[in-house]
Amino acid sequence: MEYEPVIGLEVHAQLLTRTKIFCGCSTRFGEEPNSNTCPVCIGMPGVLPVLNKKVVEYAMKMALATHCRINGTSTWARKNYFYPDLPKGYQITQFAHPLAETGYVDIESRFIGKKRIGITRIHMEEDAGKSIHDESSPSSYVDLNRAGVPLIEIVSEPDMRNTDEAVHYLRRLHEILVYLEICDGNMEEGSFRCDANISLRPKGEKEFGIRAELKNMNSFRNVQHALEYEIQRQRAILEGGGSVVQETRLWDVPQGVTHSMRGKEEAHDYRYFPEPDLVPVVISDAWKEEIKNTLPELPMEKRERFVEQYGIPSYDAGVLTAGRDLADYYEETVSLCGKPKPASNWVMGDFLAYLNEEKLEVTESPVTPRTLAELIDMIEAGTISGKIAKEVFEDMWKSGENPGEIVKEKGLVQITDTAELERIVEEVLEANQEQLEQYRSGREKLFGFFVGQTMKATRGKANPKIVNELLKKRLSPL
Amino acid sequence: MKITKKEVGYIAHLARLDFSEDEKGKLTSQLNTILMYMDMLNRVDTARIQPATHAVSLDNVFRDDIEKKSTGVEIALANAPDGTMGLFGVPRVID
Amino acid sequence: MEFSRLTIHELQKKLRAGELTSVEITESVYRRIASVEEKVHSYITLMEETAIGQAREADRLIREESACELTGIPIALKDILCTEGVRTTCGSRILENFMPPYDATVVRKLKDAGAVFVGKTNMDEFAMGSSTETSWFGITKNPWNLERIPGGSSGGSAAAVAADECIASLGTDTGGSIRQPAALCGVVGMKPTYGRVSRFGMVAFASSLDQIGPITKDVEDCAIMMNVISGHDTGDSTSVPTEVPDYRGFISRDIEGWTIGIPEEYFVDGIDPEIEAAADETIKTLEGLGARCTRISLPHTEYCVAVYYIIAPSEAGSNLARYDGVRYGFRATDGENLLDMYKKTRSAGFGAEVKRRIMLGTYSLSSGYYDAYYKKASQVRALIKDDFDNAFKKCDVILTPTTPTPAFRIGEKVDDPLQMYLSDIFTLSTNLAGIPGISVPCGYTKSGLPVGVQFMANHFEEGKLLQIASAYEKNSTIERRRPDL
Repeated sequence: MEYEPVIGLEVHAQLLTRTKIFCGCSTRFGEEPNSNTCPVCIGMPGVLPVLNKKVVEYAMKMALATHCRINGTSTWARKNYFYPDLPKGYQITQFAHPLAETGYVDIESRFIGKKRIGITRIHMEEDAGKSIHDESSPSSYVDLNRAGVPLIEIVSEPDMRNTDEAVHYLRRLHEILVYLEICDGNMEEGSFRCDANISLRPKGEKEFGIRAELKNMNSFRNVQHALEYEIQRQRAILEGGGSVVQETRLWDVPQGVTHSMRGKEEAHDYRYFPEPDLVPVVISDAWKEEIKNTLPELPMEKRERFVEQYGIPSYDAGVLTAGRDLADYYEETVSLCGKPKPASNWVMGDFLAYLNEEKLEVTESPVTPRTLAELIDMIEAGTISGKIAKEVFEDMWKSGENPGEIVKEKGLVQITDTAELERIVEEVLEANQEQLEQYRSGREKLFGFFVGQTMKATRGKANPKIVNELLKKRLSPL
Repeated sequence: MKITKKEVGYIAHLARLDFSEDEKGKLTSQLNTILMYMDMLNRVDTARIQPATHAVSLDNVFRDDIEKKSTGVEIALANAPDGTMGLFGVPRVID
Repeated sequence: MEFSRLTIHELQKKLRAGELTSVEITESVYRRIASVEEKVHSYITLMEETAIGQAREADRLIREESACELTGIPIALKDILCTEGVRTTCGSRILENFMPPYDATVVRKLKDAGAVFVGKTNMDEFAMGSSTETSWFGITKNPWNLERIPGGSSGGSAAAVAADECIASLGTDTGGSIRQPAALCGVVGMKPTYGRVSRFGMVAFASSLDQIGPITKDVEDCAIMMNVISGHDTGDSTSVPTEVPDYRGFISRDIEGWTIGIPEEYFVDGIDPEIEAAADETIKTLEGLGARCTRISLPHTEYCVAVYYIIAPSEAGSNLARYDGVRYGFRATDGENLLDMYKKTRSAGFGAEVKRRIMLGTYSLSSGYYDAYYKKASQVRALIKDDFDNAFKKCDVILTPTTPTPAFRIGEKVDDPLQMYLSDIFTLSTNLAGIPGISVPCGYTKSGLPVGVQFMANHFEEGKLLQIASAYEKNSTIERRRPDL
């Protein structure tokens, strides 16, 4: 029998606010343990939460970017459970009335084409601290720096039918969050986390099968591998006539398998109830409009516009819009030089290569859109050759100088003076009599040799087009 | 019977409390008396009533995203039963 | 002359006139404590050393004529209010050695107003009780009869005021915990409107019901304390930014033409005849002052106890989850693993009544019971609120007895939780509705136990309560007695 996977994802994204959701402590990552704390986020007796307005605004941005309906009134709830990294013994979250519901994200790829993935809800909540387990110690340890860092949870509909769709959806969410500048998207540091619900059903069947919940997948690759593994595992069980157990399973990275958490997790009875210490969040149309006006162009829209406006291939548009800074860099370069395709080639090529090699951000590049545009102009005007341009670019990267100066300083201006080049061609032929004779006796492959020698004699500065023409004329049978 | 001794055991576990068998028995009977009394609420028709979760009606109480100096590690751990190495120590979470 | 017997406003006059010093008053209070505390046991922690220091500073300010509203006045704080660097136990073993690194907002306000802190008063553990018998630190006795309870949970705060072990105190009231002990100890106690006084730094019991309020020797002192502690606080999201009037301005105004609602549901069988008689006397006195009394109905009154004892324990069970032996407070040292540590810590750290309420609350919220208990109770709560909204269309204030009986004997109801819960029957409704209430002494039983009358008003109408309570106090013919200790 053929089985079809049904996948839904729950994504937790840490918001890039300066301070925690309910107190003024910093959200900075990697500080000394328990230093970013105060009585509120430690959950001392008698303290009270006060909501950070930025959290609501950031969550609204994500809701609007994913076409969700923002609820006029949303409320807070307590989710009760005991764990050492949960200071109050409950997590403040949203339950009965989340911030936003029923949205979607469109995904597109060569394999799956276009598909719309539904979003069930987006809600705000606080993060827990971190428990540190040391196998060799009889104790565990708790760091509460992360306790109270704002999160949004984005819950998808069970709309994905294979691993590819799941990963594409995840990448799209990630891209949107980063574009909105509300999450840094760092999966390793846990600022973008994903859990998956996955089940299999016979193809054509309407009812969902019994699902497993997968956790501990801290990279896109892990998500992909864990889902692939889980599909195989469940298929083997079903084909063997068994049935899948509803449970939480952990992805084991080194082993490449999922492990059951059976017996290790509590029966879930979170006893949700309305949080009495916080009042409802009421969102007016005016506030929604205000936030809408701050939304940047989103990656999908930008991609389509680039293809349309600049006439570049959609592959180029995809690469150039992978990040907001890169897209801005490209657009500024084009606006200065007016040459979309060469600009795209340079940005996708040498620019990204150097950036990656030195692990720099787009905004930290020593080559600015202005200097890059100048370089492209010089190539197009024939002032320098494409080959020389690569050298010039390297110099620009190292020195931060503009290309005009580098070319002048190093005398790299292309030789386009035909008389001068004729003279050099004569010199080259003179010096290579042997090859000239071979050529004349039919070894036409040697044409390239003469071009190379001429370029070498000019240290690459000769205009290759003119050199070609001159050599053709000079070597043609008399 | 509104609540059995077994349920009392389950609820005690949820609340992270331990009771002796004697205590459990006494508690079961006390809780039953109280829960029977609560039954009077079933006489009230609440089909169309919105629950009241707050004593006064307020909404949109916010603070600005402005950093306030944290009180820091020392104060965090000052009252901790086990606060070695700048961390809260707890008996190992068994797995 | 024992200065500890005087009221805030009497002492203010003498302090400003230079007739006595804050150090003299403070010493007088501690002399009184030395002589009666062993019998009454109002306090968990005394703060004598810092109090004398505060008194000296107060005297300096008075000499410089920069005194504030409470400069130099010895005040006691219920041990549920966090005090920076002074242990705050909430009457529980689990917080036996907890040193808060912060002051509750009300504590800071009192400090700013110049108050001298006498100490932290005894209370039912986590404010769960009506008798101050559940404290880990021992039982407080009623100064009027040492075999009887002082009421609770702010029993220590009420007994301290009644026994002149302080000039005034702060209590907290979740279901009557200020008004009931005030009534049983023959002093004045007010629960303000929910949101009037910041809850920041008050160890939470039931967050949607908790309010801090004063316990004082007379109504004018209550107004003075309200002036100091009221007002919006950005640290408490449920604190209301409504303007605070000068409460002292409501003292000594007449109440001619007022309509007083008498809810028929509060005058039923089970109420002690002496209490009912005292309430009737009070009504006559008020009518003599030109007020008109009218019978009103609060039809959902009978459900208040059931609603309260679902909602309060539900919130409490969640609020008390933080006492887990990890970050502060007591930890059982023989826990073999985390789960074991949690259970041993909480089982040994909490007393029987607290555990009972945690169980009740956890059950009310647990899977399968939420709708039948928590949700149902919250719906009936909405109806109780509606009852009051309707009632205040017909009257200015509502009058009821504060308690159904005078102070009962120590141990009488300890093993019968439901009977204990029913002793709050007249005070719970204001907490559920969020409205203010005040209890004022209105006489004594034949055996010499104080009786209190309660006034309730609409949201943020504390002024009306102070106005009618002070009019009654000034014109009532009951003799003023003092407990014989």
